[in-house]
Amino acid sequence: MLEIGLEHYLTLAALLFTIGVFGMFLNRKNVIVILMSVELMLLAVNINFVAFSAYLDDLTGQVFTMFILTVAAAEAAIGLAILVVFFRNKGSIAVEDISSMKG
Amino acid sequence: MIVQALAFYLFAGILTMSALMVITARNPVHSVLFLILAFFNSAGLFIMLGAEFVGMIMVIVYVGAVAVLFLFVVMMLDISFADLRKGAMQYVPVGLVIGAVLLAELVLVYGAWVFAVDVAENLATPMMAFEGATNAHSLGLVLYTDYVLAFQVAGLILFVAMVGAIVLTLRSRPGVRKQSVAEQQRRKVEDVLEIHKVSPGTGG
Repeated sequence: MLEIGLEHYLTLAALLFTIGVFGMFLNRKNVIVILMSVELMLLAVNINFVAFSAYLDDLTGQVFTMFILTVAAAEAAIGLAILVVFFRNKGSIAVEDISSMKG
Repeated sequence: MIVQALAFYLFAGILTMSALMVITARNPVHSVLFLILAFFNSAGLFIMLGAEFVGMIMVIVYVGAVAVLFLFVVMMLDISFADLRKGAMQYVPVGLVIGAVLLAELVLVYGAWVFAVDVAENLATPMMAFEGATNAHSLGLVLYTDYVLAFQVAGLILFVAMVGAIVLTLRSRPGVRKQSVAEQQRRKVEDVLEIHKVSPGTGG
């Protein structure tokens, strides 16, 4: 218990990832919170990368964390921009309203 | 050793709790604030792991940019968030089952992780090569040499995201009076100013 090993970090990341998945079900209608859940899942992946990097003495994990960070920032920016445009057109952000392209 | 364990459990506990609060908070502003707390605690974990640079970048990028972006959007959109929660409980049992299965699988895989015996010979960029360099220094030595193509592509992704976000949200509203510099420069005195000779006493 007192010796913090790789398993501790991996379990924490698994927990965080599961919370992210569960958050999507819990806030099924609210796109903003769904995007936040995606951020939590990416954070879990980052924790995995950095933990493996530290316990393997390999720097590559930290390099790839930076790339994930880049993609997460881009994804949040584009997602929120789409959300703002959608809100302007429809006046709501409920997920079921985003089906107007369904035939 | 005790201090390290205590710090880990402190950071991990607050991280998990704030992640739970992110998905359960009634008010999305509270969600964003708990997301910021989660990012700060993960930065603490990264620093504990010896990845100071990534930890600091985490605070700067996630807290400084992403979370503030979320906060802006949450406050900009005028939505009744109570309506959005209606009927959401319907899928919670399914979500709980899927979450439990996923967590069990992940813990089974990761819980007793053992490295292969020859893993030390197969490292891509062993930290041994950067003995004495700081974390940021050694990251730079790898990122700008071995991964320079990926680095450039990451920059391109950010650029495309920036252009995309601007193109999506930019709108030209008709009927708004704006300053037009060209119009102002084109004006001449004789176009806009008329001089009338008024004879005294006629009043006009």
